[in-house]
Amino acid sequence: MGAVQIQAQDIHVGNIVWLRENDEVPCDLVLIGTSDTQGLCYVETAALDGETDLKTRVIPSACMGMDFELLHKIKGVIECPNPDKDIRRFDANLRLFPPFIDNDLCPLTIKNTLLQSCYLRNTEWACGVAVYTGNETKLGMSRGIPEPKLTAMDAMIDKLTGAIFVFQIVVVMVLGIAGNVWKDTEARKQWYVLYPIEGPWYELLVIPLRFELLCSIMIPISIKVSLDLVKSLYAKFIDWDSEMIDQDTGIPSHATNTAISEDLGQVEYILTDKTGTLTENRMIFRRCCISGIFYGNESGDALKDVKLLNAVAGSSPDVVRFLTVMAICNTVIPIKSKTGAILYKAQSQDEDALVNAAARLHMVYVNKNANILEIRFNGSVIQYEVLETLEFTSDRKRMSVVVKDCQNGKIVLLSKGADEAILPYAYAGQQTRALVEAVEQYAQLGLRTLCLAWRELKEDEYQEWSLMFKEASSTLVDREWRIAEVCQRLEHDFEVLGVTAIEDRLQDGVPETIETLRKAGINFWMLTGDKQNTAIQIALSCNFISPEPKGQLLLIDGKTEGEVCRSLERVLLTMRITSSEPKDVAFVVDGWALEIALKHYRKAFTELAILSRTAICCRVTPSQKAQLVELLKSCDYRTLAIGDGGNDVRMIQQADIGVGISGREGLQAARAADYSIGKFRFLKRLILVHGRYSYNRTAFLSQYSFYKSLVICFIQIFFSFISGVSGTSLFNSVSLMAYNVFYTSVPVLVSVLDKDLSEGTVMQHPQILVYCQAGRLLNPSTFAGWFGRSLFHAIVVFVITIHAYAFEKSEMEELSMVALSGCIWLQAFVVALETNSFTILQHLAIWGNLVAFYVINWVFSAIPSSGMYTIMFRLCRQPSYWITMFLIVAAGMGPVLALKYFRYTYRPSKINALQQAERMGGPILSLGNIEPQPRLMEKEVSPLSITQPKNRNPVYEPLLSDSPNSTRRSFGSGAPFDFFQSQSRLSSSYSRNCKDN
Amino acid sequence: MDTNGATTSSAAGGGSTSTSDSSLLSKKNSKKPQYSRFTQQELPACKPILTPGLVITTFTIIGIIFIPIGLVSLSASEHVVEIVDRYDEGCVPPNYSNDKLAYIQSSRTNKSCTRTLSVPKLMKSPVFIYYELDNFYQNHRRYVKSRSDKQLRSKAYERETKNCDPQAVSLDAPIVPCGLIAWSLFNDTYGFFVKSKMLEVNKKNIAWDSDKEHKFGSDVYPKNFQTGGLIGGAKLNSTTPLSEQEDLIVWMRTAALPTFRKLYGRIEEDLQANEQITVVIQNHYNTYSFGGKKKLVLSTTSWIGGKNDFIGIAYITVGGLCLFLAVNFILLYVIKPRALGDPSYLSWNRSPAGNPN
Repeated sequence: MGAVQIQAQDIHVGNIVWLRENDEVPCDLVLIGTSDTQGLCYVETAALDGETDLKTRVIPSACMGMDFELLHKIKGVIECPNPDKDIRRFDANLRLFPPFIDNDLCPLTIKNTLLQSCYLRNTEWACGVAVYTGNETKLGMSRGIPEPKLTAMDAMIDKLTGAIFVFQIVVVMVLGIAGNVWKDTEARKQWYVLYPIEGPWYELLVIPLRFELLCSIMIPISIKVSLDLVKSLYAKFIDWDSEMIDQDTGIPSHATNTAISEDLGQVEYILTDKTGTLTENRMIFRRCCISGIFYGNESGDALKDVKLLNAVAGSSPDVVRFLTVMAICNTVIPIKSKTGAILYKAQSQDEDALVNAAARLHMVYVNKNANILEIRFNGSVIQYEVLETLEFTSDRKRMSVVVKDCQNGKIVLLSKGADEAILPYAYAGQQTRALVEAVEQYAQLGLRTLCLAWRELKEDEYQEWSLMFKEASSTLVDREWRIAEVCQRLEHDFEVLGVTAIEDRLQDGVPETIETLRKAGINFWMLTGDKQNTAIQIALSCNFISPEPKGQLLLIDGKTEGEVCRSLERVLLTMRITSSEPKDVAFVVDGWALEIALKHYRKAFTELAILSRTAICCRVTPSQKAQLVELLKSCDYRTLAIGDGGNDVRMIQQADIGVGISGREGLQAARAADYSIGKFRFLKRLILVHGRYSYNRTAFLSQYSFYKSLVICFIQIFFSFISGVSGTSLFNSVSLMAYNVFYTSVPVLVSVLDKDLSEGTVMQHPQILVYCQAGRLLNPSTFAGWFGRSLFHAIVVFVITIHAYAFEKSEMEELSMVALSGCIWLQAFVVALETNSFTILQHLAIWGNLVAFYVINWVFSAIPSSGMYTIMFRLCRQPSYWITMFLIVAAGMGPVLALKYFRYTYRPSKINALQQAERMGGPILSLGNIEPQPRLMEKEVSPLSITQPKNRNPVYEPLLSDSPNSTRRSFGSGAPFDFFQSQSRLSSSYSRNCKDN
Repeated sequence: MDTNGATTSSAAGGGSTSTSDSSLLSKKNSKKPQYSRFTQQELPACKPILTPGLVITTFTIIGIIFIPIGLVSLSASEHVVEIVDRYDEGCVPPNYSNDKLAYIQSSRTNKSCTRTLSVPKLMKSPVFIYYELDNFYQNHRRYVKSRSDKQLRSKAYERETKNCDPQAVSLDAPIVPCGLIAWSLFNDTYGFFVKSKMLEVNKKNIAWDSDKEHKFGSDVYPKNFQTGGLIGGAKLNSTTPLSEQEDLIVWMRTAALPTFRKLYGRIEEDLQANEQITVVIQNHYNTYSFGGKKKLVLSTTSWIGGKNDFIGIAYITVGGLCLFLAVNFILLYVIKPRALGDPSYLSWNRSPAGNPN
């Protein structure tokens, strides 16, 4: 701790690093000492994973209790795996040398580490051993270079470039051969050219190579620069957009990948996560069911339910146990603020909701001091010692704690988890029927359910298990799997206490956004890890699927290959039949069936994916999400994946466009994504405004770039026919260069400000997106139009120039300048004609460029040593020059204007029609019938009393009944959906199977 | 549209459970853009659309402007009096008519030739004399590059002949002026007589002043010119500096087209109508090997230059077409009126595959 500054680069693996409060961790450390007597320290990991809550880190047991002096002398060995980028895993061992403790191996986990770029908080000091440094830290390893993504548009431009290249080669070959023939027949007679009689053999190549040089401008090099420039501007527009700033947090949207804005306008499939993406991920405890009694009053709030409050006041044992599990079965850390209020630092929103709700019900989790928990219930303080924490994993779908009641020494296992992870493990005699129903009912209301359970452990049972657990915790290989296996041995024979229901509200504007984007022809798939019923409810409430009779849900399920196959084929058959009807057909598939379908029936499933506009995939794992993206991509669809959590990262990276919501689950997804937005509803603006404009602008810019290069190139080619096919360049090199990089680049660059339709019109008529989606503005046929235009303009310029400047005026420099200025004039008018909205900048660029052309050439004409000396002054003095210019413009633009007008008026595209309507203030606005119906979840849910859900919600009757017949059954007009096969409850085998894969 | 959100001032600490949010957010906020119309893509814009009125008016105006300009140009061109006489065939004696090349290449044949021109109309002074060559590729790449501007400009760069091959050096001494262009200098000469009185031909100031002053040096004298085995065109007086060799300067302004005229001189008196002009031509220049025509042109000038009907005709054609289009559009508009922005084009009933039309 000297005053000497040590740079992070000087830290070597094995050094002991001392940190003070609020220091940034310079490399990955294994914690060996802190100022805290219990060996705890707090870190903020926001820079690493974006999660803003403080996390506790603990020193390994072997180092427990060492004082400051001892730590300076510590010696030992740490075995750690090779550097990787998994910031949630660290499977290592620590062995200290004598005289420190003994030779025992001490397992290390991520809980014992301080990772680079975290901050030390609320801890006076901490010290640790450097285990990974530099680029080998977890942060350094995960800082991969993102794989460059190629937009559909870039691919198309590349294709067109290829076509132009082939065209160029053909032209060069034809002209080269013609040149050689001309040379051998005509040029021999042209004595003044003095061709040698016999040349070396490579003489034959000279003329083709000259033409190659001449035609090399056919492929505009400036297009790459221009595109990069405008693309970065598109990205900036997204960053700058004040309408996409999250009002709650003030975080603006951000385009990390600046190269793929056009793809946003061409999205065909959106794959969205549910929790945190469609919903707010702001969990509120709403209802619960304790021992078969439903709590939660009319407004759906159990915390205000008098029945429950009475039960709490009366210390009903069931309720107390239920509340105890709610309060302490978690990894929440209570922090007392200066005012005395208790703040909870929770890693999971669900736990946060549960602990807060328990506190409201007078079961207050007061303090955690090392392993001792303190809760206060109705005035009395109860202490528990936490013996083990069996952490939550997505495979186990539950978490447990083993605690010891400090008063009576009883050891209890407290568990909470998904219903299918808890209910099958209830003890033999327990009636779980009521709980199953509770879970169903809550799910129908779109609530997230958790089952709470508990079991008393015998002392020796615990001790025996504890040893196994320790052993599993210190394995280096497959630790996670071993731990899960050991946990399974303890987590059985539960006494299930009840069910909690947590509401996760829909984000603002989600239904409208989805409806608008679906109107824009974008297909939505929802991929969620949540339960099927919850997923369907959310899907309904956010316009994801339409209710009967417009909508129809088809279910794919099954536990075995055969079942899945049959159900898949049935769904496919129905889908084929109904695809001609204007009906919203969606299919629902769960993770298990999806696994089988992807593995064995990929072809059928792919066909289904193509036929279906909507799909709901529930219970899917992160890798399945990525597989689905891959599947759609393999069918040549442009996919956009949007999510907010770490489990969406793979899908986001896999998709053509990844959008991350910088939400409450941290910034992991936002970091991995190409675009990060604050709220789901910004997606509408991102796609319809930014994506669409970007596509339109790039479509114009790229085709124009080809056009202008082709014009000048065609003129060169025509000129070669009157210059003995010898490859003479009509234009001097300075003009050619300036033409490409200056005269024609500047005006077109301001097309980044062009808007064909106003944002409001696009939002009202999202259907217009189809022009971008289907690539109508940049494809071989539009390109052919530009190609034809360039040919026509080249002919106009060339023919008029050589006739107007014939005979005594046919001086080379003058003629070349006349042709060049003819091109420049035409360019100005072409850009002007193709511009839809003129801002001051556009006027400046287009007309200013024309003026600049003259100024620049006057400057060149004033330099005596230049080839162009006095040329431009001479020309500008001639009336015939100006007359020629006007003739070129009128002859070049007249037909283009007439054609455009004709199509605009008599064959208008939808864009034209909207433009006309918009500018005339016409009837289009009255057409705006796209006022979405606010279908907020609460409106549907709130009037429902929990006691009579079946009467109000007949929709899901078939889900509950147990009739696996495959005939199509309809439930009358009241039933919004038909199901082909009733859903059978997920059995415990599912979760086991899940674990195995 | 929503209200612009850029005016949101500070971010309220969003997360309920965060102590460090504020520092994180303040960092983020600094990135938040200032509201400006540019960043929001909301610059005031004028959005013209192609209304029938606008388009028809445009075409009508173009038509109305272009046709008079065309007529004026055409009449200017018509007022130019031009006499063109092709003499390459006629100046070959009949006994050589089968082998013109031998005639022109032989040093013994008589190259003099007399032509008679009649002046159709009064030609006001100055009357420009041009020679016109046809099928002559002064723009051939091999030819057009074969010169050394540096050498022409200054005596100091006499040895700068690297572009001039194959007419760069003669017996290891640099040729001044080097290159194919100078080597092939036109060498027919004309003498003009009216009623056996010689007409004065002013050959001064036929080249551009800028060329004489800046491109061709007054200290550069012809050297080793036309001394090699192959004689190309005219020889130069080696005592006159290049800046005064105006024929050469005119010739070295290469033409971009294979048919071109170059100024030979001026006759600075009026030529009366029906006057017979006798021209004595020294026919030296070889165009017979490649079948190029040689013409002698006497022409007056106008504000658009020499006689050239193209611009006038083109203007009248374009103007006429514009009027024609305008009339057609008006007719179309009357016969088949279309309300702009008719919502009936906006039927979005399309198949899920998304293929409207």
